[in-house]
Amino acid sequence: MPLNVTLASRNLFHDRLRFVATMVGIVFSVVLVMVQMGLYLGFGQMVTKMIDHASADLWVVRKGTKCFEDPSLLDANLHRALSGTAGVARVSTLVIGFSDWKLSSGEITPVFVVGSDLAQDVLPPWNITQGSVKDLTAPGAVAVDLSYDQRLGVSKLGDKADIRGHSVRVAALTEGIRSFTTTPYVFTDLGRARPYVGVPNNKASYFLIKLKPDANIETVRHDLLQTSSDIEALTSQQFSDRSRSFWLFGTGAGAALFAGALLGVIVGTVIVAQTLYSSTKDHIDEFATLRAIGSSNRYIYSVIMYQALINAVIGFCLAALIGYAVVRATSAGALPVVITPPLLAAIFTLTIAMCVVSALTAILRVLRIDPVMVFTR
Amino acid sequence: MSDAIMAAESVSKVLGSGAGQVHALKDINLTLRGGELTMLMGPSGSGKTTLLSVLGCMLAPTAGTVQVCGQSTEGAGAEKLAAIRRDHIGFIFQNYHLFPTLTAGENVQLALDVRGQRGRNARSKAYEALARVGLAHKIPSYPGELSGGEQQRVAIARAIVSDPSAILADEPTAALDGANGQSILSILAATARDPNRSVLVVTHDSRLTSFANRIITIEDGRLTGERRGSSGTPKLLTAAGDGY
Repeated sequence: MPLNVTLASRNLFHDRLRFVATMVGIVFSVVLVMVQMGLYLGFGQMVTKMIDHASADLWVVRKGTKCFEDPSLLDANLHRALSGTAGVARVSTLVIGFSDWKLSSGEITPVFVVGSDLAQDVLPPWNITQGSVKDLTAPGAVAVDLSYDQRLGVSKLGDKADIRGHSVRVAALTEGIRSFTTTPYVFTDLGRARPYVGVPNNKASYFLIKLKPDANIETVRHDLLQTSSDIEALTSQQFSDRSRSFWLFGTGAGAALFAGALLGVIVGTVIVAQTLYSSTKDHIDEFATLRAIGSSNRYIYSVIMYQALINAVIGFCLAALIGYAVVRATSAGALPVVITPPLLAAIFTLTIAMCVVSALTAILRVLRIDPVMVFTR
Repeated sequence: MSDAIMAAESVSKVLGSGAGQVHALKDINLTLRGGELTMLMGPSGSGKTTLLSVLGCMLAPTAGTVQVCGQSTEGAGAEKLAAIRRDHIGFIFQNYHLFPTLTAGENVQLALDVRGQRGRNARSKAYEALARVGLAHKIPSYPGELSGGEQQRVAIARAIVSDPSAILADEPTAALDGANGQSILSILAATARDPNRSVLVVTHDSRLTSFANRIITIEDGRLTGERRGSSGTPKLLTAAGDGY
C-alpha cells in the first residue's frame, strides 16, 4: 500500500470515535439518498406497471391524457377507423376506471377496474397463483390480488362481492400486483368492465395498437392521428414517461423525494467536511512536517483525499448493506424501494464526490500551513 | 576545500510588521561546505532558528541571497522551495516530529515517499538508514514505543535516508539526556564525514562542541564569531560583510 494511503488510513482509524461519527454521518446520508432514490424508482415502476405489462406498440389516448388512470374517454367508433389504418395488425379496446367494491359484510371500498378483451391477451392479470385468465371469461368472474384480501373481503377462489350492484366472483388470484394509489386492481373482461365503471358501449378508455411486423411505427402513428383530432398516439415508452412524469412531478412527489435526497447529500457533506477538517487540524503538525521535509502540496492533498475516499468507500459499503436490507423489507410492500445497479453506481459516484468536496475545507486549511511552525512546536 | 553546499550572502530577515517588527537576521554571510559539521550557537532569540529556516528554504530572506547546491532561492515560490528542500536538505527537529501512527520504518520511508521513491527499494533504503543509526531492531516500533533518544535517531535516519547534501538540525539534543545527546551528535558527526555533505547543528549545549569541525556564534541576528574544531575561541567580526 502506498505510504500516503497508509498515513491517510492510520490518521482516520487512529481516532476511532471521530471515525465512527464520520461513518454514522456518511451512512445516514447515503442511506437517505439511496432510499429516496429507490422510492423514486419504485414509484416510477409502480405508476407505469399497467402500461409496461400491456401488449401494445402504440396507445391511442384522448388528447391531453396525463396518466394511465386518467378518466378521459374516447369514442368507441374510432375502433373501425384505427383498424383500417395501414400497418395496424390489431386494435384492442381497454376500459378502466374507479368503482366501488361491496364486501359481503356490506362495507364498501374503492377499486380500480381494468377491463380488456381477454381473448386478445392485451392486458390480462399476471402473476396468477390460483385460477387462470381463461376462468375470467365466465359471467361475473374477476381477478384480484392476494395482498388485498382483507380490504376486499375475499381470500380464495369463488368468494363473492359486488361491484356497483353487479355480483362478482373471484375466479383468479394474483400476487404482487399492487397499486401505488393503494386502490386494489380488479381485472375482468371488457364487456363486464363497462357497467362496473359506468363506461357506455360507445366509449372506451384506450385503444391498444399492435403493428404488423413490417410497419413503420412513425408512419402508422402519423396515419392514426389523421383519424381524429382528439387523440394522441403514444408508444408504450412515451406513455410510461408521461405517466411517470405526471405522478412524480405533477403531484410534487418526485420533487419531495429529490429534496430528501439533496438533504442527505448536504448533511453528509457537512458531516464529512467537519470531521475531515478537525482531523486535519489535529494532524496539522504532521502536515507541517511533511511540508518541511519537502513534500509537495499535491502529496499532502493526496493524504487528505485518500482519507476522504476511504471514508467514502467504507461508508458506501455499510450504506449499501442497509440499502439491501431495505430493498428486501419493502419488496412486497405497496411502494417498494428499488435499487438498480445503475442507481448503486450513481450513488457510489455521488458518495465519492460528496467526500471529495468535503475534503476541500481541509485542503484549504493545509494550504495555510507554514513549514516553519515545526521549529516552534 | 569542498565546494559550497549552502551559501548565504548579505542575508537579512525582518519578522513581523509595524511596531512588532524584529530584525531577526542582519547581513549574514555564511558558507557551509561538504565534509563539515558546523555548530551554530547563541543565546535564545539570537536568530539561530531563523537562520536555520532561511538556509533550509522555509523562510525567504528579506534581503540577500541563499544558494543551495548552486541553486538560488531568490524569487522561488513555496513549491519551488519545497522542491529544493526535497532535493537537497534533510531536517532534524528538536521535538523529532515523527508521525505517531507510522512505525519507525514507515517514518523513514515517508521521506523517500515524498520524493517519489516507493516500493521494495525504498523500504530497504529506509531499513538501512535505521540500521546506520543502530535501530534495525526497532523498525516495526511506533514512536510512542521508543525512548526520546531512539525517536531522535529515527528522525536522523529520516533526514539521511535520501542522501541529502545538507542536514540541518535544530537543537537535536535539547530534549535528551547527556548520554543520548552525545550519541546523537556522534551519529551526526559521522554523517558529516561525507565530503559531499554538510551538517549544520543549532545547539545551546557547549558540551557538544567537541563534535564540531566549525563553530559559529550568533547574537542579536549577527554572526559574531567562528572557530575551528574544539580549539580556539570565536574570532570577532571586524566589519560588516565579513564572511564565515
